[in-house]
Amino acid sequence: MTENIVAETAERIFSDLADAQNLNNATNEGWKTPLWAALTDAGLPLTWVPEDCDGSGASLADGFSVASSVGRFAVPVPLVETMLAGWLLSQAGLPSPAGKMTVAPARPQDRVTISADGSLSGRVRGVPFASDAAHIAAIAQDAKGYSIALVEASACRIEAGESLGSDASNTVTFDNVKPLSSRPASPGTTPASLMLMGATVRSLQIAGALETMLDMTVRYSNERVAFEKQISKFQAVQHNLARLAGEVAAAVAAAGSAADAIANSSAFDDAVFLEAASAKIRCAEAAEKGTAIAHQVHGAIGFSMEHILHRYTLRALGWRDDFGHESYWATELGKFVAARGADELWPLVASR
Amino acid sequence: MTAALRFDQIRLPEECEKLRHEVRAFLAEEIAAGTFNPHEPQREDTDVPEFSRRVGERGWIGMTWPKKYGGHERTFLERYVVTEEMRIANAPTRRFFVADRQSGPVLLKYANERIKMDIVPRICRGEVCFAIGMSEPNSGSDLFAAKTKATKADGGWLINGTKIWTTSAHMADYMLAIFRTSPPTKENRRHGLTQFLVDMKTPGITVNPIEQISGLKEFNEVVFQDAFMPDDHVLGEIDGAWKQATSELAYERSGPERFLETYYVLTELVRALGSKPDTRGAEGIGRLVAQLHTMRRMSVSVAGMLQAGKEPVVEASIVKDIGTIWEQQLPHRVRDLAAFIDTDASNHSTLEDQLAFATKIAPKLTIQGGTTEVLRGIIARGLGLR
Repeated sequence: MTENIVAETAERIFSDLADAQNLNNATNEGWKTPLWAALTDAGLPLTWVPEDCDGSGASLADGFSVASSVGRFAVPVPLVETMLAGWLLSQAGLPSPAGKMTVAPARPQDRVTISADGSLSGRVRGVPFASDAAHIAAIAQDAKGYSIALVEASACRIEAGESLGSDASNTVTFDNVKPLSSRPASPGTTPASLMLMGATVRSLQIAGALETMLDMTVRYSNERVAFEKQISKFQAVQHNLARLAGEVAAAVAAAGSAADAIANSSAFDDAVFLEAASAKIRCAEAAEKGTAIAHQVHGAIGFSMEHILHRYTLRALGWRDDFGHESYWATELGKFVAARGADELWPLVASR
Repeated sequence: MTAALRFDQIRLPEECEKLRHEVRAFLAEEIAAGTFNPHEPQREDTDVPEFSRRVGERGWIGMTWPKKYGGHERTFLERYVVTEEMRIANAPTRRFFVADRQSGPVLLKYANERIKMDIVPRICRGEVCFAIGMSEPNSGSDLFAAKTKATKADGGWLINGTKIWTTSAHMADYMLAIFRTSPPTKENRRHGLTQFLVDMKTPGITVNPIEQISGLKEFNEVVFQDAFMPDDHVLGEIDGAWKQATSELAYERSGPERFLETYYVLTELVRALGSKPDTRGAEGIGRLVAQLHTMRRMSVSVAGMLQAGKEPVVEASIVKDIGTIWEQQLPHRVRDLAAFIDTDASNHSTLEDQLAFATKIAPKLTIQGGTTEVLRGIIARGLGLR
């Protein structure tokens, strides 16, 4: 499935230590420690941290492949969040600490500010895995522009909460929190850059989860017998699965295109905005349509907690909420297109 | 494991962008000269032979074919750019488009040298129009139920029967058609059909126009009464047409014409909503643009994979399935989003006219060239369900 060694390494670890059925059967969280240790040994949490900051120094493209794999395996640990945090810190030349991290803000409406004495304030919602993380990397506004700050999670007020997929998702309050370190963000790095990166990563995860759903659902339809034949032989079921394949294809193409755009761009420019916004919008739509079909074909068994389908469907649906709801991106994209004018729409689409 | 759906990240190379500017400049000249009106897709059935010839002179027909036959040995991605720019401009491509997309490649593969040297260069010059003779009164999606009969005669075949819904037959010089040369066998119901090149000037062929709900008369009934086809007009294997129709279809299914057919209403919607739309309008535009961008990326990817010698048959079918449904729904979505537009907006009547036309043609988009149901069957087979 994957074509680079970084993602292959990730998938091997996920297969060994994050098997969906094993995690689903587990009665405690004992699986978390060996999984995170293996990921750390492989250097994956710091995929996007340069080697001179003690990271793995892998390319953006390699890291995006890891995000797809995280989606395909519905991995419930903050791997991509730590990768994003490492990336964000490196945008200010800050080294990354060991351990789990996450990023703030995770929603476009939320703000963190940094005061003259260097302390952080703000209340940000839906921060993925904040309650699991040791550190939070934040992009914060000050009088002159933006700074990136590394904060101990224990210094913040973190409210209990979880995503649709039952992963931690928390409201985090920075109440005059002194960061461990902070530096001005490199020129061009803004909260919007983090949203575009986060939206692309979530799009890849949704697309990955949809790929697995298609695979599982096709397999199930070929095994399950009803009315004396495999349900895959019913035309109504075949057409539902063809529609699911279409949604998977659209999600894979849109997310892959956005990742390719960012990986080959030197700035978070208009082209990246079109690509990442489109990916988040289209992948969110695919999540809605695709998960419905996957559940429909599985019938009641797919609605049971003991079956693993929900690990993919609920996460795919939950990932829609992070780094910009699709309605947010659609509104922003629509405003952008309208401001450029009707006759510039086609040249914009054709430029990609 | 289900075969993964694959969309290589193909970006159009530099030479394509240079070509795109040439095509845009050419189209702007044609529009300025009054050859066609880009805001009037309603006139898409008009035949503009001199436009076709000028496109041919530019080298934009048969772009990927061997130079020996008048082609230009350029890439499928270059052809892609020309196709999408023509479509966006609502240029009158009817005369040459089918030949360029489908008929030329079939002739190059199956016709004899004399016929190739005779006809293909004329396609490239924009001089000849092709129709495709598949459907019959009792055989539409079920291609292999075709009954129009070819009976062996001295030096050729006599054709009797009727083709129907044949687009452009009224203006076509040639048709590529399938006729029944033998009955189907018990083992293979697809057996017994043969592909022919039909010269539309052949005595015994009558073309009767059929008016469509859109008001256009682009398709026809074509009646054959003892129409004689010489032996060398048989294309490929006698009784074996079913073997010849698969791989070419990927090109036919996945091109930009499979999602841009009603694009003009989106342009006019953006114009009508103005530079500062309300949230509802902005969100509506944003979703449609995201969907359009995604389909185009899928479609470009399929073109690039074909160029690289891959056979993305399932991916191509998915592009057509999603693309045709999108272009079919587009006028309805635009109508929703335009519901509160000030009727004094400068382009209001253009938008109204275009919406009415797009709404009328919308039903055909998921029928022509392979219905949604047929496509989903192909996708299901690709998924290992049949």
